[in-house]
Amino acid sequence: MVTKKDNMKVYQNEETKIIVNEEWCKSCGICINYCPKKVLVANEKGYPVAEKIDDCIQCMLCELRCPDFAIRVENRKKVANYNMKDGSLED
Amino acid sequence: MKNVIEKYIRKEMFPHIWCPGCGNGIVLGALIRAIDSLGWEKDEVAMVSGIGCSSRITGYVDFNTMNTTHGRALPFATGIKMSNPKLKVIAVMGDGDCAAIGGNHFIHAARRNIDITAVIINNMIYGMTGGQYSPMTPTGKFGSTAPYGNIDQNFDLSALAASAGASYVARSSIYNPNQGTRFIKKALSKKGFSVVEIISDCPISYGRMNKLRTPVKMMEWIKSISVPKKTWEKLSVEEKKDKIPMGEFLDICIPEYTDKYKEVCAIAQEGGGNE
Repeated sequence: MVTKKDNMKVYQNEETKIIVNEEWCKSCGICINYCPKKVLVANEKGYPVAEKIDDCIQCMLCELRCPDFAIRVENRKKVANYNMKDGSLED
Repeated sequence: MKNVIEKYIRKEMFPHIWCPGCGNGIVLGALIRAIDSLGWEKDEVAMVSGIGCSSRITGYVDFNTMNTTHGRALPFATGIKMSNPKLKVIAVMGDGDCAAIGGNHFIHAARRNIDITAVIINNMIYGMTGGQYSPMTPTGKFGSTAPYGNIDQNFDLSALAASAGASYVARSSIYNPNQGTRFIKKALSKKGFSVVEIISDCPISYGRMNKLRTPVKMMEWIKSISVPKKTWEKLSVEEKKDKIPMGEFLDICIPEYTDKYKEVCAIAQEGGGNE
């Protein structure tokens, strides 16, 4: 389901809500390239579109790596706090 | 995720001025998440920056902020900390700001071990002025003033800070924002001079001259040169070439400068001293 409000595009299913701020997005492609489940695809302007939102595992990598604070992932059932555990490059 | 960014930024300043894919935004996000996880109020924090792309950070956050002259973020931060030791002072600098023109201020702030957190965004080039090589540009890489390759050796900022007398030194990259957030959080809660160096990208200035034109290519390159500290120690000299160790290099407790200054003030007021 897609809704649009002041340049904020909202993609959602029962669990996940992905909000893209198209006014702030600069189409750098980082979120699209580093999505481990390939949920995001670029549209003709290069903005991310959550085409396969059902595949989203809410890893938040797109949100954490977005240099423009233009994409946000929300769990619709509970609001998760920031998790300090990290990924591959651990010392 | 809880929307913590919105709470701390000056929304009217957005979208920010940085180029598409610039690592400064990722570092800013990591910094805000670290501050939020510590639960600090906006008024408790003072953020100081110098000149450069990275130094525009202070314009985008809603703390007590100050944009100062080139390389002089740390002297101003020292002044703020000395006049009001209760403030949590953060100095955000780029590599040119910190290692080149402000290099002396950097080592002396570390020597004093004053309670400031220095976040260094190292994109290995002077991005704002058009890609001149900086003291952090790796040997052999290209810049607009090094069209045949840079012949200088680059600084190891973390090793420099550690040997100059800092209390906490860590290095991370924008490829791994979670690790960066964790290190910044530790650095912020550390009493004493703490340094977090974050390897960042510059697709426009650095990437253009080094065949890494897109943000994704730059991120991949940063990923390929990053090595965890433990793995780094096992590498041979030849393998260490072109690689950068990531992790925490120093975490010690030594007397802090404003505390020592307070003790000296007390001694002076009691009429003590060498007479």
